[in-house]
Amino acid sequence: MMVERRPVLDFVAHAVLVLGVLVIAFPVYLAFIASTQSAEQIASSHPLSLLPGTHFLETYRLALFGGKTHAGSTIAAGWPMLGVSLAMALAIALGKIAISLLSAFAIVYFRFPLKNAVFWMIFITLMLPVEVRIGPTYEVISNLGMLNTYAGLTVPLIASATATFLFRQFFLTVPDEMVEAARIDGAGPMRFFLDVLLPLSKTTMAALFVIQFIYGWNQYLWPLMVTTSEDMYPIVLGIKRAIFGEVYVEWNVVMATAILAMLPPALVVMLMQKWFVKGLVDTEK
Amino acid sequence: MEKRVLFRSAWLPWLLIAPQMAIVVVFFFWPAGQALYQSVLQEDAFGTSREFVGMANFERLWSDPGYLESLQTTAIFSVLVAASSMSLALLLAVMANRVVRGAGLYKTLLIWPYAVAPVVAGVLWLMLFASPYGVIAFALQSLGYDWNHLLNANHAMALIVMAAAWKQISYNFLFFLAGLQSIPHSLIEAATIDGASPWRRFWTIVFPLLSPTSFFLLVMNVIYAFFDTFGTVDAATHGGPGKDTAILVYKLYYDGFKALDMGGSAAQSVVLMGVVIALTVVQFRFVEKKVQY
Repeated sequence: MMVERRPVLDFVAHAVLVLGVLVIAFPVYLAFIASTQSAEQIASSHPLSLLPGTHFLETYRLALFGGKTHAGSTIAAGWPMLGVSLAMALAIALGKIAISLLSAFAIVYFRFPLKNAVFWMIFITLMLPVEVRIGPTYEVISNLGMLNTYAGLTVPLIASATATFLFRQFFLTVPDEMVEAARIDGAGPMRFFLDVLLPLSKTTMAALFVIQFIYGWNQYLWPLMVTTSEDMYPIVLGIKRAIFGEVYVEWNVVMATAILAMLPPALVVMLMQKWFVKGLVDTEK
Repeated sequence: MEKRVLFRSAWLPWLLIAPQMAIVVVFFFWPAGQALYQSVLQEDAFGTSREFVGMANFERLWSDPGYLESLQTTAIFSVLVAASSMSLALLLAVMANRVVRGAGLYKTLLIWPYAVAPVVAGVLWLMLFASPYGVIAFALQSLGYDWNHLLNANHAMALIVMAAAWKQISYNFLFFLAGLQSIPHSLIEAATIDGASPWRRFWTIVFPLLSPTSFFLLVMNVIYAFFDTFGTVDAATHGGPGKDTAILVYKLYYDGFKALDMGGSAAQSVVLMGVVIALTVVQFRFVEKKVQY
C-alpha cells in the first residue's frame, strides 16, 4: 500500500524485512552447518563454525540409514521413521477430510431427529485438544489394544471437528438451486454428493489437507505415549532418541534428523502456499 | 442457518454421520468423561483399589506449591511468548504491507517456520545456546554475560520463550498482514492529506483498526503456549532447572505417566479443560460482537 513516496521509509521496510528473514532462518542455517560437520568437530568447537563442513554425505547417510559412528554409538535409521511420519500425517489428514465431508453433508442436507444434539456433540470437540485429555485417552487406546498401531497413533487425533465445521460453512454457501437441479435430473443424495458437492469442495479440501498434514506430521506428545516399539516412532521422536539415547550426543546426526523432520512439512507450506494461507485463515474463522 | 431444500431419508444421514460419531464418542466423550470421573477418585499406585474422594484431588492441587508454581510458570511463559511473537510479527507485517517489490517473496520466506514441529524448534534453539559450541551463548560470553540455562531458571525460561515465539511469528504475521490489507485505503489517504506522519497514522488509525485481529491472535497465542509447546520444553530444557520451566501440560504428562498419580493428573486435566473452554467462550463471544457492527 503506497500512499506517498518516502524512499527512506521504503529502505527501512526492506532492511527490517531482510533482517527478519535472516534472523528467522538463522537457527535452521546453523542446524544445517552442524549437520555438515563431524561430531568431534562440533564437540571441540568454541563456538560452532559458521561455514559448512565436509561431512554432509556421511552425516545424512547415518541419519537416514543408521549405523555406527566414530565414537562408537549406534544411530537408528531415519528413513523408516520418515515413513511412519508420512503414513501418520496422511492418515490424519485424509481421515479427517473423509469423515468430515460425510458428516457435514448429513448435517447440512438432511433433516433427522436429534440433529441438533448430534451437531453439538461434534462441535464441542472443537474446544478440547488431545493434550488436555491425554491420560484417559491413553487408557482407552490401551484398553482397546491399540498401542503401537497406526490406528492408535492416528484415530484419536482425527476426533476433532475443525474440518466438519469448515465443510459445513462451505456447504451452506452452495446455492440451493444446485440440489433442485440435481433432483430434477433424478439424482439421489449420494449422486449429488459425489458429482456436485465433491468437485465444488476441491479448494477447501486442498486447504484443509495442508493444515492437517502439518498437524499430523508434527505430533509429538501423543506418539511419545502410544508408541513403545521403535519401529512405530515418527521422525520427531527420532530426534529425541538421538539426543538422549546415547552417552555421547552426536549433534551432527541430531541436526540432520531435525532437518529431515522439518523438510517435508516446510516444503508443503512453501509449495502449496495459496492453500496453506486459505486453510489457516478459514479454519480459525 | 438452514438449507431450504433438503433430502429425505430415514437411514442415510445416520450412516453418513456414523464414522465421526463413533470416533467422537470413543476417543473424545469416553476419555473426557473418564477424566471427570477419575478426578473425584483416589487410586492407589498399583491401580487395585479406588475410592470416591470428592473434591479432594482439586483441593490437593490448590494446596500443592508445585502446581501453583507450574501455573505461574505457564502464565509468565504464555504472556512472554504472545507479547514477543506478536510484536515482532506486527512489525514485519507492517513493513511487508508497505513494500511493493518482493512482498510475495518476503511472505514465503517468513511463513515456513509454521511447518516446524515444536520439538524441532526446541532442539534448534538449544543448539544456539548450548555450551560451549552454541553461537549465541558464545557471543554472550565474549560480551561478559555468562549464559547457563541448565542452572539459571531465567535463562531457561528465555530459551523456551525464544524457541516457542520463533515458531509462532509466522502465524501471527499472516493474520496481521491480512488484517492490514483489509483496512480501507481511503482512511490512510485522508489522514495523509491531512498531514499525518506514517508514525501517527499507524498509532491513531491502523493500530486501533487492527484490534480485532490482535485480540483474536492473543487468545490463539495463549492457547498455543499452553498446549502446543510440550515438545519445545521437552527438547530444550526438560522442564528444568528443577521444575522451573515445567508448564502445565508438561507437569500433567510427568505426574500422570512418570509419577502415576492418576487422580491428581485427571484433576489437572479437568482444570485445563476449564481453561480451554473459558478461552473458547471468550473468543466466540468476541466474534459475535465483531459480526454485529
